[in-house]
Amino acid sequence: MSSVAIETKLWVWQRVSAAVLGLCVIVHLILIILAVQDGLSAAEIIGRVSGNISWLLFYSVFVIAVAIHAPIGVRTILNEMTNLKPSQTHIVMAVLCLVILTMGFRAVIGLFNAGAV
Amino acid sequence: MSNTIKVSVWRGQTEGSFEDFDVPRQPSQTVLDVITYIQRNIDPTLSYRFACRVGVCGSCAMTVNGRPRWTCRTHVDKVATDGTLQVSPLRNLEVVKDLACDMTEFFEKMNRAEGKFHPTKTRDDDFDFVLPDDPKRKQASQGIECIGCGVCYAACDVVEWNKDYLGPAALNRAWTLVNDVRDGGNAERIAAVSGDGGCHACHSQQGCVEHCPKHISPTHSIAGLKRAAAKSALKGIFGGDD
Repeated sequence: MSSVAIETKLWVWQRVSAAVLGLCVIVHLILIILAVQDGLSAAEIIGRVSGNISWLLFYSVFVIAVAIHAPIGVRTILNEMTNLKPSQTHIVMAVLCLVILTMGFRAVIGLFNAGAV
Repeated sequence: MSNTIKVSVWRGQTEGSFEDFDVPRQPSQTVLDVITYIQRNIDPTLSYRFACRVGVCGSCAMTVNGRPRWTCRTHVDKVATDGTLQVSPLRNLEVVKDLACDMTEFFEKMNRAEGKFHPTKTRDDDFDFVLPDDPKRKQASQGIECIGCGVCYAACDVVEWNKDYLGPAALNRAWTLVNDVRDGGNAERIAAVSGDGGCHACHSQQGCVEHCPKHISPTHSIAGLKRAAAKSALKGIFGGDD
């Protein structure tokens, strides 16, 4: 793929994921405020999210959006601030994406299943 | 107001040092007047560049008290608030000597960004009718007054970090042509401004907007190029894409 196609498509992906993240962050912040007002405890959180398909889907979308958005930004920073070659920064981007997906889904699925333990 | 102003002027090339001069104050004196006074009356070996002296040609930009400015339209009263001036060449460009920069890279990037007109008609064709309130004409009008002074290029941190970055002026020039209905080079132009060092490298920090003496917003133009590139990508017009 040419650098023109790569740069443009990454920009589009980052923009689209930013829009999704904007909504997710607002919902997440509102949820935190409401949860804290009811008293924040592990049991309360698990009681709300475990076994709840809607929250599973919401936080899955959140994790995917972060996994797309953040590594593209890190790639840009590395391209500008280090001597790494574009091929190397692409690898860092891909690895970071996988790390975020793995850690994020571990947490999301863990909370979804927490009530069953 | 003191009768003289203390001026520190960069002497040398990349390596060099500041040299101090005392210059008589005059009413409505510009920074270019000060530099010209030094060259004409104190040290004729001082090198600098100017042509029109009235803000049209874009030749006389320098760094004045840490900021890039067009020196012919910069009044000493406004920038030397403590009675001192420090004048050095523009940032991000090779220094030829003293205050004169080599602008080759700056103008080559205009070419690399396809900042040239691609005609589509012959003398036998009728004129294109472009109305003043046409949306594309309005977009072009916002960026068309660039005088190529290089102030935005010197103000841009991305240019400093990434030597391949085309820079605000070249990208702004490309955007004015993207909106020129008479031009037929948009496929090449969008490809030229979308690769490494193209419009996507801009961080929208707006140093260019802050310093442009013509009050142009290259950031706005670059955002337009990003949208145009995204539309082109979605249409799949890039050759050799995969």
